This record gives sequence, C-alpha cells and structure tokens, in this order.
Amino acid sequence: MRRVFDFHGGIHPAENKQQSLTRGIRQAGVPEQLTLPLSQHIGAPAQPVVAVGEQVLKGQLIAEARGHVSVPLHAPSSGVVAAIAERPIPHPSGYSAKCIVIDCDGRDQWAPLHGVADYRDHEPTQLLERIRAAGIAGLGGAGFPTAIKLAGKPGASIRTLIINGTECEPYITADDILMRERAGDILAGIAILRHILHPEQVLIGVEDNKPEAIAALRSAAADAEPGLEVIAFPTKYPSGGEKQLIEILTGLQVPSGGLPADIGIVCQNIGTVVAVRDAIVDGRPLISRITTVTGEAVAAPQNFEVLLGTPMQYLLDLAGFQPEHCLRLIMGGPMMGFTLASAAVPVVKTTNCILAPSASELPPPPPAQACIRCGLCAQACPASLLPQQLFWFAQGKEVEKLEQHNLFDCIECGACSWVCPSHIPLVQYYRASKAEILQQRHDHEKAEQARLRFEARQARIVREEQEREAMRAARKAAAEQRARQAAAKGSEDDPVQAAIERAKAKKAAQQSGDAATPEQQAAAQLDALRQRLEKSEQRLAEGRAAGEQEKILVALEATVQRLREKIAAAEAAAPQPETH
Amino acid sequence: MPLLRISSPHAHGSTSTASIMRQVLLATLPGILVLTHFFGFGTLVNIAWACVVGLACEALALALRRRPLGFYLRDYSALVTATLLGIALPPGSPWWLIAVGMASAILLAKHLYGGLGYNLFNPAMVGYVVLLISFPVQMTAWTPPRGLGEVPGLWQALQACFLPAWYDGVTMATPLDVLRQNDGLLLQDLWQQTPQFGRWAGLGWEWANLAFLAGGLWLLYRRVFSWHAPLSMLASLALCAALFYDGGSSASGGSPLFHLLSGATMFGAFFIVTDPVTSAVSVRGRMMFGALVGLLVYLIRVWGSYPDAVAFAVLIMNFAAPFIDHYTQPRTYGHRKPRGET
Ligand code: SF4
Ligand code: SF4
Repeated sequence: MRRVFDFHGGIHPAENKQQSLTRGIRQAGVPEQLTLPLSQHIGAPAQPVVAVGEQVLKGQLIAEARGHVSVPLHAPSSGVVAAIAERPIPHPSGYSAKCIVIDCDGRDQWAPLHGVADYRDHEPTQLLERIRAAGIAGLGGAGFPTAIKLAGKPGASIRTLIINGTECEPYITADDILMRERAGDILAGIAILRHILHPEQVLIGVEDNKPEAIAALRSAAADAEPGLEVIAFPTKYPSGGEKQLIEILTGLQVPSGGLPADIGIVCQNIGTVVAVRDAIVDGRPLISRITTVTGEAVAAPQNFEVLLGTPMQYLLDLAGFQPEHCLRLIMGGPMMGFTLASAAVPVVKTTNCILAPSASELPPPPPAQACIRCGLCAQACPASLLPQQLFWFAQGKEVEKLEQHNLFDCIECGACSWVCPSHIPLVQYYRASKAEILQQRHDHEKAEQARLRFEARQARIVREEQEREAMRAARKAAAEQRARQAAAKGSEDDPVQAAIERAKAKKAAQQSGDAATPEQQAAAQLDALRQRLEKSEQRLAEGRAAGEQEKILVALEATVQRLREKIAAAEAAAPQPETH
Repeated sequence: MPLLRISSPHAHGSTSTASIMRQVLLATLPGILVLTHFFGFGTLVNIAWACVVGLACEALALALRRRPLGFYLRDYSALVTATLLGIALPPGSPWWLIAVGMASAILLAKHLYGGLGYNLFNPAMVGYVVLLISFPVQMTAWTPPRGLGEVPGLWQALQACFLPAWYDGVTMATPLDVLRQNDGLLLQDLWQQTPQFGRWAGLGWEWANLAFLAGGLWLLYRRVFSWHAPLSMLASLALCAALFYDGGSSASGGSPLFHLLSGATMFGAFFIVTDPVTSAVSVRGRMMFGALVGLLVYLIRVWGSYPDAVAFAVLIMNFAAPFIDHYTQPRTYGHRKPRGET
C-alpha cells in the first residue's frame, strides 16, 4: 500500500451523502429557456458572436473567449437567441451579469461535431486548443480555464497528475456518482491528459467514504497503462481542497502564493476529466454537467445531468421541491457554498450542488458569543493559521497584523467557524477583511498610478519649457557670435583702433595690480561657463540621438539648465565685458 | 420566496460555550464529593454561596455595561468561576470572605478587562490570591480531615459561613505546610509522626486529587480540552520533584507522587491550567504554558513562602501567555518559516 499523509486540522461534519445516492444520474431534459452567463469561469467574460433572434444549434459557439484567461461558450440546446442582457446570476453577492438567453425549440438539434479518431495522432498543443475551444473550465469549484492549467508554466515539467475525486463537502455526490457510473470515461479522459502532460505518475485520490466509486475506478483502471493509482484515504473535511489533497497524496505543500505546478503537480477534478474526454473523443463542447439536488426540502434528492443555463427552479421542481420547508438555498455544499437570492438563477459550469435544506436541518446560526480562546479553531484549521487571532485583528481592522498572520493563506474552508463553540462567524470576518485589504491595495495602486501620471506630465511640461528655452538661448548665442565676429572684423579693419584698445586694456590691468580686473575675471568665468554649456549641450544632443536612458537624459538636461541659469546670473551680475 | 442570505459555513458543530462550561461543572463533581466527605459540608456551602454572589456580580457588571443579561448569564462562565473558587477556599470560610473573593474575580478580573474572553487572568485564581494576600489567617484555616477530627455537618457548615463568630472551628496545617516547615525529621519519620499524612500524600487530599484527576480525564475523553497543558504541567512538576528528591532526607521537598497528589495539583492541572481564555492557544504554546506552571508550582512550594502554589503559578503564567503565543505560532501551510520570526 502506498503511504498517504495527513494534513493539519480538519473536521468531520455529518456527511449526508446517502440521500442523493439512492438514484442514478437522471437527465434533466430541456427547459423552455436557458440563461447563459458570459462569465462562468475565472478570467475575462466571453464575447457574444450571435445576435438576438438568431437560430442556434446545440453545441454551436455562441460566445468566444476574449483574452488569455477566458473560455468560449456554446449553446446547450437548439433554439433562438431571445436576449443578450443582464440577468441575475448565481454569485455570492447576488449580482446580475450579462447573459445570452436562448428560447429552446425543444428539438435539441446538434450542430455537426468533430471528434478525433485517435488523440495519440495529435500534438499536445492541438489537443489543448480543442480543450480550450470546447469551453472547459474546472468543474470542481473555482472554474479556472482548464487548458491554461494544463499548458502550465513554460519550462516547468509536470511529474504528477492528481485527479481529485475527493468531494469532501457534505451532501454533494456529483463526482461520486460520476465515478460510479462513468469510470470508463474518466480513465479515457486521464489517458488524454497523460498524452498531453507526460507525467511520471497519475494519482486518483478518493476519500474512503466512497467505496463503490473506488471499486469502479479500480476495476476500470485495471487495464490502464502502469503509473496510475487509485488511492483511498481517510475521510476528513477539507481533503478535497487542492492543497490538502496534494499534501495527503504526496506529503508536499504548495508554497504560499505559488501554484501546484511549482512543485511539478497538476490537479484536475473528476468532472473536468470527463469533459476533456467528451471534447476530444466526441468533439462535444461543455454544455452540461452533473449537479446534485439535495436537502430535506426536496422530496427526491438525486443527481441530474443538466444543461448549463437551466433555471435552478426547474431542477428543484424535478426533485420535488417543497419551498415552504426551505429558508435558504445554497449553491455548493454547506461548508463553502453560498446562498442564492432566488431559485431563478441558472445552473453554470461550477454548479456542483443545489442544497435546499429544511429549517431544522440547517437552522440559522445562533448569535455569536465572546471568543473564549479555546483554540478549537486553530486545531481545526487546515492551513495551520490562528483563526482566533485573525478574528481579533479583523475586528480591530489591523491590516498589517492580518497580513503578518497570513490571512491570505486562509482557504475559507469554514472549519474554524464549524468548530467554534461561541458560534462566531469567523470566515465572514476573513472574507470581509480580505475584500477590504484588496480594495485598499487597489485604491493604493490607482493613487500611485495617478501620481506617476501626474509626475510624468509635470516632467513633460518642464522638458518642453526647457527645450523652448534652449532654442531661444541657441538663437541668442548665434546672434552674439555673429556680433562678436563682426566686432573682431571691425577691429582688424582698423589696426590703429585695435592698438589703442590693447594699450588701454594693458593700462587697466596694470592699474589694478597683478590680478586681473573683476571685469576680466567675470568675463573669464563667463567664458568657461559658456564652454561647459556648449559641451553639455553637445553631450545631450548626442545622448538624445543615441536614445540613451531617460534617466541620463534628464540628468543632462538638468545640467544644461543649471549652466544656463549660472550664465544668466553671471551676465546679470558682471558688467558687460563687451559692448555692442 | 424571500431567502436567507448568509455567509458559509451553513452547518455548525454541536459544541457551544455553554455546553463546555456545563461539562466542566459536571467534571468537578467527583472532587467536590470527595472534599465533602473528608472535610464536611463546608465546600458545598462555599460553592453555593459563591454561585449566588457570582451571579449577582455578573448581573451587576452586565447591567452596568448594558449587556443583555439573559444571553450572557446563560453561558455558565460565572458559575464555573464560582465553583472553582468555592473548591479552592478552605471549607467553611466566612460569607464575607467568599463575597470579597467572588467580587474580585467577577468584577475585577473579568469585567474590568472586558468580560468573558477578554480577561487576562484566571478570575477564580485572582479571587483566591486577593484573599490569600489580604486574609492569610482565614485562608489557611483548613479543618482537619475525617479521621483526625470531627467533620462539620451541614448545619455547622452553614453556621461557620454565615455566623463565623459563633463557630470556633478547629484548624490545622495542611500536609504541604507540614512538609515545608519540616527540618530535622526524615520524611519517613515525619510521615509516621504527623497524622495529616495518608497513604501517598495528605489524608483526604490524595483522594480529592484522584477525584479531580478522574473528572479531568473525563473532560479529556469528551474532548473539552486537549491533553497538552495538563499533561505537561503534571509531567514537569513530577520531573522537578524527581530531580530534587533525595530519597527522604529532612531537607527533601517530597516525592513526585506526593506532589502530584497534594494540594491543588490535579485541580489546577485539569480545571485551572486548562482555562482556555487565559492560557496559550497553540499546541506548542499550551505545552510550554503547562510545563512552566508545573515548574513554578514546585519552586514556590518548596522554596517560596506559600504552601500551595498553583494559584500564583497560574497567575504568573497568565501574564506570560501572550508572549508564549507570540513565539509559538504554527507554521502556516505552504510557508517555510513559522510566523513571529520575520
Ligand atoms: S473556536 Fe471560537 S471561541 Fe474558540 S478560540 Fe476559536 S474563535 Fe475563539
Ligand atoms: S476558513 Fe481559513 S482560518 Fe478558518 S479553518 Fe479554514 S483556512 Fe483556517
């Protein structure tokens, strides 16, 4: 047996998974209308490529990826585009966002699909492009674009591919049922990922509370290539967190602020792997997913294969929803899921569960009491944080302390809140603090940018002024030059006059002793300055022409400017050595 | 359909502060019964009266601070403080002594610092030490245990408490006292000549300690506390005793077993050192906290000027808890270095 590791903390909430496992996966069918948010993934929202009133086929591209971190969107069923407008979406804040609304025609007619006969004939980059084109984002939770995750960092080689079949949240069974019913598809998907990544080992991690899933995977894996293992490990929440699963299976920790790829690991969720298979083998884009509908407020909890965009109300009704028993509706599990403002929002790529608990099942939390520093939260925290200290600092809005105590390493798993005997909603405080700090950073960055812009503008104004000044000075210098030449010419023209001048100068010098007269000194100084200025100007011009660094040019400009000022001052102070 | 909108997690474990406090109260029962058996009803009267004063002080403080009375009174924390102080005081203490102790504990040590969770020092121990310093005579007036004298009944105990002048209780030195005062006698002889000693430690005391140990083990079994602080305190106390135990000369401080079963050792280890509010929070921190309490208990018992040292040791370490916390922060997932070192 392979060694499995443990991670710090963790809790054992009631699993409540059996309810939704008594039935197999059921097709949810085609609702009258589908609402597809343009952003069902992390990154830039997709860009619509259809117009209102346009007829679309099932699987047809309706919005394309925009930018690097983005994925396209496809019509989950055939019909007519009814609207491209704001609609309420499933989001913790209850936002509305731009959606493509399709009135289904009920025929569910496919666009032509093009799978590949044998993925081994294709380059990894080609396969990645297909995965991206199929609109696949992680189906586990965060919805990170899968192709990007698989492409990884250039130069970083992946030694271990981890398939996450953990599903540690109570109530959710979408992955469990997929492993039971479609283990073959999962293995086929893994084979494709292996072809893309060439990892040394593939580890499928499953908690030991899913014996059927483990058995199904093991028997399907029997004739897979070597280097693949199905690993069962003790049930504990939150083993399904990517970082925790990595630690369980490999004993390694992902460095703070880093990615699994930094230690040669890529994780993929079970559902994502099946979507990859469908995209490559069948050419089928991601238009449906498995979603668990459960909780005491539905009569028949079960898993559905549901088209993306299906209203949750439609799905709840299929499961026998009894709204009178339900106080809150949760997308996701009870530990990390968020409450929905209404059941009208659609199923999206990350909807792994709709939880409709009865009031007695998940009662509203009792009022919070004082923290008694019992330390239970610190014992439960999988990130080895000190939740009670974070809570303390969050209350006092001590931003620096919060960051020092690694607030941003909190994965918001909720284990601390779950154990807290004083019922303090700890995670809520952390979320709020994180949001506040991010906002502050954002504001700070904006202010900083504004400052830089302002300074650049000031510098430009000064520079332009200097350039104008320089041109004026140059013109003046040229004029003086001409005048001097004329004067010199004049004195040469008249040798007598020149001789008188020389004699006068000599006499004046003698009168003031050995030292030169102040006028002469000033004149000499001025000459020296002028020479330096000329040199500097020349150097500056050369620098500009050679495209030297901004810094150097600025320094040179400053020198020129300073010299000019000195000359001007000297000219003003000293009696004019020459009369024109 | 208006739906509730709240932040995750939506499920909650079954522990609550009140249930923790209730379990602590329950766990003190064996110890209280043994104390009552050996020293009479004085302990029960202590506790009952301390509870009355404690709740009154708590209610007063809450009213002054304009906090909802019912909500906070139901957390049982005042009752826990009262029970702990009641146990620690000599049986049959006068009513005013208990009242002063409880008022110091609740008003001074707890609410002046902001109430439950904000107090720096263990309230029961603050109450105890205030009394010990102010009224040393009353505080060392332990009645002789069953077997050495008459054990007061309920009526006598009530009289002792509320009509102190009418009751002339017999008092005697506790075994820890006797041992500390001893010079000239080998421990073995001391043991034989002094009626206060029992089989392993003091008569009655050893059984009380075992009863508190039982209650403490039950709390550990119920996972109300972790084992780290109590175990490290007992271990360090036993280790110190073992290091300085010379086999029983007149200068010896007593054997490890004697120290483990004497005075407030077990009571302190499981009911005082484990007080979450005033101890360190991390696992390493708690072990350090407990070990230092054990060390201090031994130092004060053997070389200090007070016979029992648990209260002082705990208060001193309460003072140090924030520092311990600062230097024992765990290493966060994915970080190389523990915090506090950057
Ligand atoms: S679990 Fe709750 S009461 Fe206990 S230390 Fe943490 S925040 Fe405080
Ligand atoms: S929510 Fe954050 S602080 Fe709380 S247990 Fe999870 S990781 Fe730790």
